Formats: sequence, C-alpha cells, structure tokens
Amino acid sequence: MSRYEPPQPPPEKLSEVEHNKAASRFLRGTLLESLADRVTSGIPERDNQLLKFHGSYLQDDRDLRNERAKQKLEPAWSFMVRVRAPGGVVVADQWLALTDLARRYGGNSLRLTSRQAFELHGIIKWQLQDTIAGINAALLSTIAACGDVNRNVMCTPNPHQSKAHAQVWQWVQRMGEHLTPRTRAYHEIWVERRKVVDTRDEEPIYGPTYLPRKFKIGAAIPPCNDVDVFSQDLGFIAIVEKGELIGFNVVVGGGMGMTHGEPATYPQVGTVLGFHAPEELIDVAEKVVTIQRDYGDRTNRKHARLKYTIDDRGVDWFIEELAARRGRALQPARPFEFTERGDRFGWTDGPDGRSHLTLYVECGRLRDTPERPLLTAFEEIARAHGGEMRLTPSQNVIVAGVAPERRAEIERIASRYALDDGSGGSAVRRESMACVSFPLCPLAMAEAERYFPDLMTRLERMLADAGLASEPIVVRMTGCPNGCVRPYLAEIGLVGKALGRYNLYLGGDRVGTRLNRLFRENADTEEIFASLEPIIRQFAAERKSGEHFGDYVIRAGIVAPVTSGRDFHSPR
Amino acid sequence: MSTPLLKVENSPFNAEQVALLNQLLGTLSAEQAQWLSGYLTAFQRVLQAGAVAPGGAAPAVVVPSVSAVQEDAGSGAGGAVGGGGPVTVLYGSQTGNAARLAQQLAKRAKAVGLSVAVHCMSEFKTSQLKKLANLLVVVSTHGEGEPPDKAKEFYDFLFSKRAPRLESLRYSVLALGDITYKQFCHTGRQIDLRLEELGAKRLRGRMDCDVDYREPADQWMAEVLAELTATKAPAKLALVGAGQAAGHGAAGHVCTGACGSQGQAGLVSLSLPAAPVFDAEEPVYDRSRPFSAEVIENYNLNGRGSDKETRYVKLLLEGSGIRFAPGDSLGIVPENHPSLVDDLISAMGWRPDEPVRVGKHDLELREALLQHYELTQLTRPLMEQLSEFSTDGLADMVARGDAEAMENYAKGRDVLDLVRDFGIRGVAANQFVPRLRKMPGRLYSISSSYAANPDEADLTIAAVRYQAHGRARYGVCSVYCAERVKPGDRVRVYPNENPNFRLPADPDAPMIMVGPGTGAAPFRAFLEEREELGATGKNWLFFGDRRFRTDFLYQTDWLRWRSSGLLTRIDVAFSRDTSQKVYVQHRMAERAREIYDWLQEGAYFYVCGDQKAMAPDVHAQLRAIVQQQGGLSGAAADDYLAELQRQNRYQRDVY
Repeated sequence: MSRYEPPQPPPEKLSEVEHNKAASRFLRGTLLESLADRVTSGIPERDNQLLKFHGSYLQDDRDLRNERAKQKLEPAWSFMVRVRAPGGVVVADQWLALTDLARRYGGNSLRLTSRQAFELHGIIKWQLQDTIAGINAALLSTIAACGDVNRNVMCTPNPHQSKAHAQVWQWVQRMGEHLTPRTRAYHEIWVERRKVVDTRDEEPIYGPTYLPRKFKIGAAIPPCNDVDVFSQDLGFIAIVEKGELIGFNVVVGGGMGMTHGEPATYPQVGTVLGFHAPEELIDVAEKVVTIQRDYGDRTNRKHARLKYTIDDRGVDWFIEELAARRGRALQPARPFEFTERGDRFGWTDGPDGRSHLTLYVECGRLRDTPERPLLTAFEEIARAHGGEMRLTPSQNVIVAGVAPERRAEIERIASRYALDDGSGGSAVRRESMACVSFPLCPLAMAEAERYFPDLMTRLERMLADAGLASEPIVVRMTGCPNGCVRPYLAEIGLVGKALGRYNLYLGGDRVGTRLNRLFRENADTEEIFASLEPIIRQFAAERKSGEHFGDYVIRAGIVAPVTSGRDFHSPR
Repeated sequence: MSTPLLKVENSPFNAEQVALLNQLLGTLSAEQAQWLSGYLTAFQRVLQAGAVAPGGAAPAVVVPSVSAVQEDAGSGAGGAVGGGGPVTVLYGSQTGNAARLAQQLAKRAKAVGLSVAVHCMSEFKTSQLKKLANLLVVVSTHGEGEPPDKAKEFYDFLFSKRAPRLESLRYSVLALGDITYKQFCHTGRQIDLRLEELGAKRLRGRMDCDVDYREPADQWMAEVLAELTATKAPAKLALVGAGQAAGHGAAGHVCTGACGSQGQAGLVSLSLPAAPVFDAEEPVYDRSRPFSAEVIENYNLNGRGSDKETRYVKLLLEGSGIRFAPGDSLGIVPENHPSLVDDLISAMGWRPDEPVRVGKHDLELREALLQHYELTQLTRPLMEQLSEFSTDGLADMVARGDAEAMENYAKGRDVLDLVRDFGIRGVAANQFVPRLRKMPGRLYSISSSYAANPDEADLTIAAVRYQAHGRARYGVCSVYCAERVKPGDRVRVYPNENPNFRLPADPDAPMIMVGPGTGAAPFRAFLEEREELGATGKNWLFFGDRRFRTDFLYQTDWLRWRSSGLLTRIDVAFSRDTSQKVYVQHRMAERAREIYDWLQEGAYFYVCGDQKAMAPDVHAQLRAIVQQQGGLSGAAADDYLAELQRQNRYQRDVY
C-alpha cells in the first residue's frame, strides 16, 4: 500500500499529451485514417504522439525545410522506425531481414542506436505499414521503442563473461516482455491494417494513459558500465560471484534530458537503492514503473521523468513506497566496481569453443557508399555467421558465438571490407559517440553525426601533438540537450545549441558515474578547440599515472565535480 | 444585274443628294463601286464615333479588296435587293475570343441598321435553324481539331441526319485557330462546308484566322456587313482591312498574322499603329498594347529531384487597371532566346544593329527579332513565304504542295533550322523579317484571386524543354520565364477573359475541380476567391502529377484550405510513384458515388489541363460514373452531361 495518496491533477492541468493518450483508445487515435490520407505524407501531431508508442515518429529533411516551404511543398516528411532488440541481441536472419527492409524502404541505411536498438530512417508514409509488418514478420517488434512506456531494455553484451551474460540477458529480456504494452492497437494498425471492432484492451501495468514520460531500463555487468547504468530511470547492476549471477543492485532516478535555459531541468545520475535476488527482478521493475505511473508529473512533460519524482519526494520516500508495493524491503546493496565503459574490440574466445568478434561502426551508421559498403559488409557477415549478432551500447557490433569452422570466413569478409576490429583508428574515436541530429532529427539544433568525423580528426591531431595519440577519452556529441548518446556522462561533452554552436562540458569520469559540468557556453568549434588545446597539453604534462582526462580536469580545478544533477547548472 | 436608280421614295436621301448620287453611280466601274462600298462602311463607323474630320477624311486603313466576294444570295431578285431579314450570330467559344468577336459583330450589325440576335451555340435551339435568313458563325478550334465544349452539341446536330435543308439561308463563317496545329480552323471549315452541303449560300467566303485574329476578323465583319446591307447599297462592295496580303476565294481566306485561340493560344504583340479599331470598351491593355508588369517572385514549384519544372511567377499589376475574374488568364508576350536570335543573325550574315521596319517604327534587327517575331515555330504559310529565298529543297517542297512533307519538316524545327537546312542566306533582313509571324503571346490561367489580391497575379508556368533534331528545344515563353526573367524585371502582359470558365454564381453551389499538373492553376484562384468572399459551397479538388514528393503543386495551399474547411475534399493521384500509373480519373472512379451525389446536389464540374489525354479520360470517367450511379443508358448519360453543359455546370479549360 502506498503511504501517500498519488497526486490527481485536475484535468485542465494535465498536459495535452495526457489528454491525447486518454482519448486514444489504447493508442489508436486516428492513426489508420492518417496513414491512409494521400494528401500529406505527414500525420497530425496528435497521431504522431501516439505513433511513438508504436516505435516510430515523424521527421523531415531539415536541409530542405525552408526551401520546400517556399516552394509551397510540405516538409519532406519521413518516418523513423525503431526496432527493439532487448539487450541488443538478434539472430542473423533478423539482421538480414532488417538489411532487406533498409534497402527497400530505408534509403539503404541502418542505424545502431546507443540503446542497442536498430533504427530505419527515411521511411515514407506509404511504406510505413509494409516496413513495420516486415519487422514483425522477422519476429522483431517496434512497439514501445519510443513513447511514454518502458523502452528497449539494455544489457551489457559482454562476450567475456558468457555465462553471466546469458543469465542476465534472459532475465532482462523477460522483464522487457513483462513491461510491453498489451494494446491490440499495434496489431490492428500494422499487421491487420484495419479497424477491429469490439476489441477489449487492458493495460494491467500501465493503465490507459501509460507513463507520464519515457522510461528507460538498463542492466550492467561489472566491471563494464557500457549501458551507463546511472543514466537509466531504472538500472540494474548484476552481481556475479564465481561466474554465477546472484542478484542485482537497483539504481533509480538517472536520466539525461534537459532543456537549454531551464535550470529546473537537468541530467541526473541514479541512486543505488539496494540489492535483490535475480527472480525478484520483474517484480521490482514492475513496482518501480507503477510508482512512476502514479506519482510522475503529468502536468509538465519537462518535469515528468522518474528522476524528478524521486528528487522532489526524496530517495527515502521512494524506498519506502517500493517496499510497500512489494511487501518487502530490498537488501543492502552489494559492492561492485566499474573499471571500463567502452567495447573491447577484436576476437575473444569463449570457454565453449566459440569466439566473438567486436567491430567498430562509426556512429552506428551502416550504409553503402562506394568507398565503404558497410551495410553489405555486415549483411555478408550475418549470412556467413548464421548465429547471434549483438549491438553494443556504444553503437558497435559483436558477432557472437562464432563456430570455429565459420571464423575464417568471417575474418575474410571483415578484412575484405576493411572493418575496424580495434586495430586501426584511434582510441578516442572508438570511445566516442554522436547522435543522429541533422538532417533528420526533429529536435536537432546543431550538427552531430555529420560533423563528428571531422571533430574526431582534429581532436586526434591535437592529442597526437600532445603525445596522447592512444589516449582513450570519452567524447560524446549531441545536436540538442535531450542527450541521446548520454553526453553529460562523457569526459568531453558537446551539446548543440545552434548551428555551429555547442555547450562544452568537462569532468565526467571514464566509467560514467559522474556528470560533467558546463565549461564553455554556446561556443563555436574554433572556440571549442582553442579552449581544449591548453587543457590537453596541461593534461599531458601533469597527469598522474593511469589518470583519465575527466578525473584530471577535476583534480586540476578546471571544473568542479558535479555530485548531483541538482548541482549541474551551478557555476564551475 | 441592273442597278435601280435611287429615288427620294426608295432611299433616305433628299432630291439633291439623289441627283448627285445617281450622277456619280452611273459612272462607276465594278471595282470603284466595291471600293466605295468599303469606304462608306468605314465612313459610317467614323461618323458614329463622332470623330470624322471636316471634309470627311478617309479612314486610314481602307484599301480595295483583292477579289470578288460571294455571289449575292438574292441575285435575280429585282428592285431593292430583298435578301435582308434578321441576322443571327452564333458563336462557339472556348477561351472567350469568339464570344467577344460575336458581340462586336452584333454591335456593328445593329449600328448599320440590321436586326440581329446573338447566341452561344449551346443556347441556340437547333429547331430554329431552318427559319433563319442570315447566319454568321464565329467559332474556334482547339487542340487537334476539337470544337469548343459549348459548340459540340450544335456541331453534332449539324452533322446529324436531323440537320434540315437550308436552301433559304445565307451565311458566312469566321474561324479562329492556331496555324501551328495541323487541324487549323477545322471546326470552322467543317461548319462552312456542311452549311454549303445543306444548301445554304455563302454571303462571303470563310475567313480563317490565326492567333492574331484582330485584323482579319475586322475585315470579315466589314465584308459580311456590307453584304447584308446591300439592300441599302447600290452595288456589291466590300471593305477590307489593311495589311493582309493573302487573297480569299470560295475556299476561305487564311490570315497568317500572329494570334489565336487554338491550343494555349495567345496573341499578338506588335504595337502596330491604329489598326481597324474595335469597340472603345476594349481593355486598356491588350495583346497589341501589353502592360509592362514587374515580376515580384519567380521560382520553381517542383522540389529537388523532380524531372519537371513549374514556375511560380507573381506579377505586380498595380496601376494597370487590369481586373480579372477567377478563370481568366493572363497573356505573356515573351522574348526569344538571345542565342537563337544571335545564331539566326549570324547564319544569315546580318548585322545585329541594322534597322528593320516593324510596323511604323525602325528597330534594330536584334531587338526586333528578340521582341516581335516568332522564331520557334514553323507554319506552312511561313514556309511558303520563305521558299522564294531557298535555293534548293524548300522551294521544291512548296512547289510540289507536299503538305505532309512540310508538316513533318516543321515538327520540332525553327526558323534557324529552316535557313540552315535550305541554305537560305544573302537575303536582306528587311526582305526576310516582315514575313515572319508576329510574336504570339502565351496565355496562362491566373492562379490567384483579384478579390483577394487586386494588385497581383500569380501564374503557374510549366517549363517546356526537349531535344529534337540534335538541338535542345524549348517553349519560347515558359523558358523565357524560367531562365531569363528575374524578380524586378518586367514582362509584357495582357488580360484575357475566359467567360466559359467561371465560378458558380451561387456561392453555396458545390464544385468539383479536376486539375492535374498546371491544370490546378485556376482552381487556386477559385478557392482563394471563395475564401475571400466567404462562399460556403463545398469544394472538391482532384489533383495529379508525376511524383508526390516533388510535383504536388501548391500542396501547402491545399492543405491549409483543407484544414480550414474551405476545401471539403481533395483526392490526388501520382502516376510515377507506383508501378501501375494512377491518374485523376482513377481517383474519380474510387469516389464515383460521392461525385454523383454532389452532381445531384447541383455541383459544378470543372476540368482544366491537358486536352489530349486527360480531358477525354476524365470525360469518359464522368460519363461512366453518371451512367453507373444514375442507372442510365449511354445515351442518357450523354444527355445528362449535355444538360450539365447547358446549365454551365460542366466547364472545361483545356489546352
């Protein structure tokens, strides 16, 4: 039982999206009608809000927006379609099916996201139903890949601890299933493509208006914090003893998104609440979700994530509320240690005689260009492999569990296409990420993915000049402050404010437990490099042995450490 | 034929005038009598205009006609020629030119004392035909020999078995067309021949007019009126307009000036000196006196990656006094492509700055060719005119009278090809240039509402470009607008009424508009007007083009109007987006029931755009819908559509 009555804001205070959800009849809205409207290749905003729950939303080619407006043409609308892959795991046939869909409908491009999902971009409205139906035919789904629900669950895809990974992944996958919306609207719209009369829908966990805002869950297997467990609304840290999973530490209240100029919004790192046994995982997750369902702010979407619910009411309140709902308290948290966050590239051999190949994919972007036909390369690998493929939280690919007799062929393909197994390129580039941003993302304020390669090249040169050519610094760049590649947990974070201008953040730690702090505001790229260069030289000269860049800037007093998101906006 | 002497009793003259006139008339040769007849007709007009100079200076333009007019229908009748009787003017008009000419004709006929009635062919009861005494037909031809929509029923009747014998009928036909079309003036020709076949007698041979119809039409009017007033004139005389070289015979008179109504016809250009003048009610700006309008905007409506280019041209009409109604068009008098002009000048060995005579003025050759003459179309009369300069094949081709060979040659070729292919050079510019066809204007439906924006006119212009005979070719006006006209520049424009393409008078009447491609242009004006006036009638648009993403002309306007509720429905078809081509008529078929319901509610049905394929397909689809939804036979469906047309509820502007 709840110690407090959950708030019930009067209807006039509820955000517009809440009204829309309530009237949507379990996420149907007028989506079927809007999809059938031939006069626009977009859909109305109210349907777009609902479409997100189905794993897709409307974008337009931002490069053409002004030009087309003048030409009296609507924006060049298209749809992003996100495919769930719990813990980033799919099998080769599914990979091939997605590749085929990318070729047919997605402009020959497949993206691997920072949440271990796939994204197809540029899907036009007339082909959206075919695309999603094709995804379902491959036994994959897009449901709840976006929207005010639990999104794709993340899980360390670590190939070094095969047994623990298998156990954690299975629990996480079942939890994801448990938290999947039950509405039949998804099947109606994308598979049957017609209205089904007399359906009875029930959402036993979410209720008819789902959650106040997006909800993210990730499970990390120490020593690797690749999933950025402290950035999740709900994180789990697997506690493994002697190769066996014995339970999870629960972390709540992390989250990246904020809004420029609104200090009431901030990124936050999660708090470790306690420990529970593996078989309690689904119950803990469900109860955390229902607390947020009941107490999350439905009047202000910029204040609706779990982090604000907890910060407003306090961690103690949350612990008690959770215990009350579960009928039992958590055990004290178990010790854990994170020592790394990135992927280990190249081949590793498992104890079962199978091996794993981790390959770097810049910005998670697989497409065919004449110089680098990456989509084709991975298609060939999937075909030759025939087994499991895993996406990492850093947008890379693990060809997992390769049978000994297939290894040579996969090696040949990787070498023919010059795929990066960690032996080429720089450490800083492999550790770093950028979001999609322009031209497709509707939220983009500045370039990210398109500018990232140049940024990296300049940074590499700067590091090389300072004698730090092999220094792995985590750099993350986003085109807006919503934080899709978790830039506030980077050693160097660049967050777009306007075309060519970014906020520069410094002082996150290497393993993702500390937020960074604003160092330069609204700086153009020249200013950014000009301010970084002396710091990097200073770092090269003054660093202690094994000291990472993010820790150095704190020790050197260049920025003060951020201990809580509520401290994020205070001056350095 | 003996000439009865004038008497005070049988004429309006007093005794002194009778004596003087009889004295003079007795001495006249046939040619002199004819000349005088023309003179007097013009003299009388000048009198009516109240502008006759003291001493009765002759109108500047009256010249003797070249040859005889038709036999007098009343020949053999003695005494005061009794051929009189009321005059009926029937017109078949698509773009409004024929209607305008018919009204002018009627006015002039009344002015000379004739009793006259004017009818649109669609409004004329065909049962009355056999009762007529004098019939004057003004009719245009469209596309590949099509009669105007509103002439179809009359035309079909005339060629049916129901057509009566017309032995007591006198008639003449003024045919409008565009000589660049193979079936030039076909409708007028057919009507002319058919009336003869039915026993009617020509008052005067048919006059076929090219797009520059002003002068030949004036000539024809003067002559038929002279013929009809022969009861009052002592001899058969005719007035002939100035400047036309060609003669006319029983087969009809072809005028080869510039102008027109066949196709997307437009007209004229030259600021010629006071030609035989039409009514003072003519607009201040017209084909021969275009307004110089500033271009405010000019950009491509087709998005990146399109294989089409459709220009959105916004013109400033402020201060021109030009008014227009939705459905009207604006003519643009283009300039030739400078490289074509330069190539021609160099091919002919001329100097760009040598003077040539254009009308009353001497212009520099390059300027004259840029502004005043058509170079991009070859017509048969032009080829005939220029054949005398040819040292080889062209003269032979013309001499053989090989029409097919000439047509085949003309396809996709221009004057530059002609002089190159047939080795024409060494001809003085002053010899050559006057034989060229005057630069016709091109008409474009206005895409904006005068009521909403009186100082502006939006045009929607598809750029025409293609390859032929080893050179890049283009539509002279569309590419002029697409490539050489920039915002701030001025273009020569004139208004052109389109009385057969009008919004319903009733603002509550529903309307269905079918306008793929640039056919959407007038419907943007329709909707803007209805929005401005707060008209409450339902509106339904069918639009189509090649590709949704790049070719959806005015998409955001339609979407805005759909959101506001002004546009009740819109259905679209994009032919290149799917493996099977989908066109507007297919969308109509999907909405058959609703279309029929709208028609039953009194909806107006409009079609604008391509004449060759789209309009017939849409018509066939509409007929099928009416037949199927109304449970009608084919003939009854035709009647249903004919009735729609009679009620002006089925209007087309096709080209």
